[in-house]
Amino acid sequence: MGARRPSSRRLVEHALELGLLACGLVTVLTTVGILYVLGSETAAFFAEVSFAEFFGARHWTPLFADPQFGIRPLIAGTFLTSAIAIAVALPLGLLAAIYLAEFASPGLRRVLKPTLEILAGIPTIVFGYFALVFLTPLLQRVVPGLAGFNALSPGIVMGIMIVPMIASLSEDAIRAVPRSLREAAWGLGAGEAQTIFRVVLPAAYSGIAASIVLAVSRAIGETMIVTIAAGQRPWLTLDPRVPIETMTAYIIQIALGDVPADTLAHRTIFAVGTTLFVLTFVTNLIAQRLTRRFREGGYE
Amino acid sequence: MSVLRKLGVRPGSLVMAVTAALTAAPTLAGCSSSQGRENLDKLVAVDGSSTVYPISEAVAEEFQRRHAARVTIGVSGTGGGFKKFCAGETAITGASRPITAVEIAACERGGVEFIELPVAYDGIAVAVHPANDWARVMTVAELARLWEPGAQGKIVKWSQIRAGWPELDVHLFGPGVDSGTYDYFTQAVVGRAHASRGDFTSSENDHVLVQGVVNDRLGLGFFGYAYYAAHQDELALVQIDDGDAQNGAGPIAPSPATIADGSYSPLTRPVFIYVSVAAAKREAVADFVEFYLARGGQLATEVGYVPLPEPVYARARERFAARTTGSMFEGGALLGTPSVLSTLAGFAVDQPFEGGS
Repeated sequence: MGARRPSSRRLVEHALELGLLACGLVTVLTTVGILYVLGSETAAFFAEVSFAEFFGARHWTPLFADPQFGIRPLIAGTFLTSAIAIAVALPLGLLAAIYLAEFASPGLRRVLKPTLEILAGIPTIVFGYFALVFLTPLLQRVVPGLAGFNALSPGIVMGIMIVPMIASLSEDAIRAVPRSLREAAWGLGAGEAQTIFRVVLPAAYSGIAASIVLAVSRAIGETMIVTIAAGQRPWLTLDPRVPIETMTAYIIQIALGDVPADTLAHRTIFAVGTTLFVLTFVTNLIAQRLTRRFREGGYE
Repeated sequence: MSVLRKLGVRPGSLVMAVTAALTAAPTLAGCSSSQGRENLDKLVAVDGSSTVYPISEAVAEEFQRRHAARVTIGVSGTGGGFKKFCAGETAITGASRPITAVEIAACERGGVEFIELPVAYDGIAVAVHPANDWARVMTVAELARLWEPGAQGKIVKWSQIRAGWPELDVHLFGPGVDSGTYDYFTQAVVGRAHASRGDFTSSENDHVLVQGVVNDRLGLGFFGYAYYAAHQDELALVQIDDGDAQNGAGPIAPSPATIADGSYSPLTRPVFIYVSVAAAKREAVADFVEFYLARGGQLATEVGYVPLPEPVYARARERFAARTTGSMFEGGALLGTPSVLSTLAGFAVDQPFEGGS
């Protein structure tokens, strides 16, 4: 019995290692599988629809009598809602991060930070209905001509949703800036604001940029809020007051309907999915570049 | 449920599926397999049109009070419902238009024989925001100009529909392309089923459409009359003028009276349930359908629909008792509205109908 122990232990260790490897492989294989499905279906789509039409046509109406496959209305919808979300989340999140890192007492921060993070745990469907039945009617009193479905209200709510993401990650980055830098700034006679905006924030840039890009990716990919509150009308516009449709909302609309597989109409969702994927991928690449460039001079 | 409705949550397939799972699962898991099968025997799976959904739901509620059977109701739209029905997945499917030739062929391929039963009349309401004080009367030609495929990206302002209407954007809301209401509306207004512009908010969820128009001063949408009836304080009806004095002169608004006498034309249509012959061999399904045909008219009224004349229900009961299969519309693509109504009128007086498939 005693002699067999070490070998059985080695066996267990070996099995464990293999198990861990399998776990790692699952994620890699899933990614490969997703890319394969996206790629093959998208290729089938572009065998029937030209790039020129996909990026050139002004209408997106694959299911209707006069099918057109211009993705620009959907990109415009996604861009509009994401831009509004970032416009809300960036100042709020960054200022919250500065407050938490620089001004809040440790006791207060222990309460505030988890509270803020709870915001990120609210299901997006709740945010969606919050936008539709609470925020939109409220905004309609102030914004003339605001339709029931619009880009503004879900954009703002999406911004609120991603505040914790920016605040939490930026706060970590700000707190990672060495105290010596602040002391040097104070020593040179800089005031509180000057120290924060001229010294600490630039030093924490890489972390802050990463948080913003993650937030942008999240906004581009966000589905439920815009599906519920922004409408399902593919419309090439940058007017935040009228119903629009985002890429994600379109995918949901088709996926929930009964469009048969292996038809051009069904392949549209893969073409849109690939566009979405490329967009977020490029965003992430840009972020990596930015981060790397600034990391050389900054602190992490 | 009413709160959910107000929020626009479709109390449809998901909720129902969860309910079914919750009620079925413990017995299925805990008991012997024979008891499990008995439970499945008592399950009546209904799917299909969102227009027929409120009637089926009301009937199911009453039915389950006096019967041990469980009824689950999904909302896939008429087209989506037929896809599942013809694959043998559901026992009953609701339809807001007659079955098409393509769908009959699909059912044949799936080996599903069906019994077609009309259950109520519905009008397709065209509604605008109450603050819209111009578009309260429209001709069928104007509706066609607004909805036809050629209007896509071109007819975008109210002033383009009729001179003198304001130069403001028009925001359109309509059912998705799987919906029988969409098929029927395009057939009746544009003249060809499935032909419309594509740049409008389209949703299989009628609550989304209602919400859209309720909150949008520039909105115009169409959906089943019952959905208007449930929100009549927040919506304004558009009276429709079909230019045909034969069925009532001038513009006519949908109401139980104008839908019942057919003068709300061309947007009045009967709605149906289709029952699988194989499923009807199960007692629970047969009981449910019989209950549907006996009480459906009264319950349809309660949820905002117009009951068929009693002789039609009597004929439908006979048809079901005889298990007469096939469609009385002979599977002609989507038939024009007047012929759907007259076929149904003929159905009430004719000899028992021979199967069309």
